[in-house]
Amino acid sequence: MSNAQQLLLERERRFNDAVALKKPDRVPIATMWDFFPARWKGISVKAVMYDPQLMFDSWVECLDHFQPDMGENPFALRGLARVIEALDFQHLKWAGHGLGDNMSYQFVELEVMKADEYDHFLFDTTDFMIRRYWPRVYKALAPLENLPPLNQVISYFWGLYSGVFLLSPEMEAARNAMIEAAKASAEVLKWAGAFAKKLIDMGFPIPSGGYSQVPFDTLGDVFRGTKGIMMDMYRRPDKVMAACEKLLPIMIDSAVASAKRTGVPRVFIPLHKGLDNFMSPDQFHKFYWPHMKELLEALIREGITPWVLAEGICNNRLEAFRDVPPGKVIYHFEATDMVLAKDMMKDRCCIRGNVPMSLLTVGTPEEVRAYCKKLIDTCAVDGGFIMDASAPLSDAKPENVQAMYDFTKDYGV
Amino acid sequence: MQELVNAVAEMMEEQAAALTKKYLAEGVAPLEILNAYKEALAIVGKRFEEGSYFVPELILAGEMMKHAAELIKPHMGDGKGASGAKKVGKFLLGTVEGDIHDIGKDMVHMLMEINGFEVRDLGVDVPAKRFCDEYRDFQPDIVGLSGLLTLSYDSMKAVVDGLKEIGVRDKVKVIIGGGQVDERACKYVEADAWVTDAVAGLKCALQWIEH
Repeated sequence: MSNAQQLLLERERRFNDAVALKKPDRVPIATMWDFFPARWKGISVKAVMYDPQLMFDSWVECLDHFQPDMGENPFALRGLARVIEALDFQHLKWAGHGLGDNMSYQFVELEVMKADEYDHFLFDTTDFMIRRYWPRVYKALAPLENLPPLNQVISYFWGLYSGVFLLSPEMEAARNAMIEAAKASAEVLKWAGAFAKKLIDMGFPIPSGGYSQVPFDTLGDVFRGTKGIMMDMYRRPDKVMAACEKLLPIMIDSAVASAKRTGVPRVFIPLHKGLDNFMSPDQFHKFYWPHMKELLEALIREGITPWVLAEGICNNRLEAFRDVPPGKVIYHFEATDMVLAKDMMKDRCCIRGNVPMSLLTVGTPEEVRAYCKKLIDTCAVDGGFIMDASAPLSDAKPENVQAMYDFTKDYGV
Repeated sequence: MQELVNAVAEMMEEQAAALTKKYLAEGVAPLEILNAYKEALAIVGKRFEEGSYFVPELILAGEMMKHAAELIKPHMGDGKGASGAKKVGKFLLGTVEGDIHDIGKDMVHMLMEINGFEVRDLGVDVPAKRFCDEYRDFQPDIVGLSGLLTLSYDSMKAVVDGLKEIGVRDKVKVIIGGGQVDERACKYVEADAWVTDAVAGLKCALQWIEH
């Protein structure tokens, strides 16, 4: 067995032991890199977003240097600039597109689906997405707004002539944009595939093979906007519930399909709007948790380990979170009280995190080591813990990231 | 008027709007109605602090307030009234350069305004120089810097450095707010205070103004 193969097995076992609440040979450590590797190499974010070879090389060098227990494939999430550019995507601003060359991309809040469009969404989600959602989110597809309803194209004379729509000059531009985006997507996938292979060759397991969200988050993030969905809980609670029900199978099926396609039985699920300060316990138990629980259980039934990134503070959610089959879920905490989290989760779920980003960004290596020591002493003594930052590394100081890795590998045995 | 206060505080949006219209039709002074909203918002803020209200209630209360202001506007006559009321202080606000998040900032804007601050909101992705230029023009008592990302630390620091350069740092309080700020970030930025929610920001600002 080659050294890399051995490393791969070792790391996979170390990681899986922690997930299964066993005590691994040492505390596993992994991080979400964001654009850290570019900054670490002194290259701009824009440069790597548009130059796949540069992204490939700098990520390889960075992972090789820090030797995490899980790799990370940057292409799907960070190498997407040409795809979203071709479609004139509205939900992000990125380096060179509304943001400085060295900025990680940022999400733009939009009310894409208007309050009075729930019924359309509920009646025919796909029709709504193609003719209302896509045209607004991908400006290059704006002409689809004029497409006749697809469910009215029924039989030979019956709706078939609607096809003349495809001949309009606007549609030609939209078609070209789709082809451009498809070509750019093929390029991203090619690089992503090459990088996945490289990770394995270097002995790094792949952290996730798919992505999903709690239906309430999807509805709020991309359809209604944060403000919209917060008010909808008061103004039209039944519609919110119905829309979440509608989204749930999509959230499950797309993640399962992706995990199967990639062969990586882990799915990443960031939580956005169910946090302690974002809604009341009653709202959480009505609008958020039931679908979240169903999502987690469905993924677990498929042999998938959900990796849940609980952003913000979730101290009051731990009681609900722990209501899942033991040893099957990773809860990655940002600012949740880790002592409390460990206490609540020790017989139930592996916990991960929560070295603060402020510490990694403006603190000192000494402070980082002290924080990691406290985390290991509190959370890792009997296993069931993965060391990680509280959020993607973005502009953490390299010496602090180094301290976190070195200390964990040294002390966490 | 207590009925209106209760309607707003209990998130009964339609009732609050109906009562507002009814009072206006009856000739109740617009300022009196606005005061009812202010009182209700204070209750909402208190419940937020106590942990019985959360972000949805702050947002909805803000929307009710906005709607009421629209209803009242035609009744305000010569532009005096709410806007002519005595201000407790001036607050310069913005999301710092490189950051485009505005939900938290907008909540701060709404709460500060209803609590008597004159607010100048510079929007998002605001360069340090602009904060300083606006400082000269507006002469605020407090500068509020919003930012959700760690990359905001340096932008926030640049504003503080700018205020030092123009020699006004000791004349103005600086508060930073956002999901990633904490004691450590505050020290780095050299701000006077840090908060992670809008209500805490308001409370801090009111304390400064009182002393």
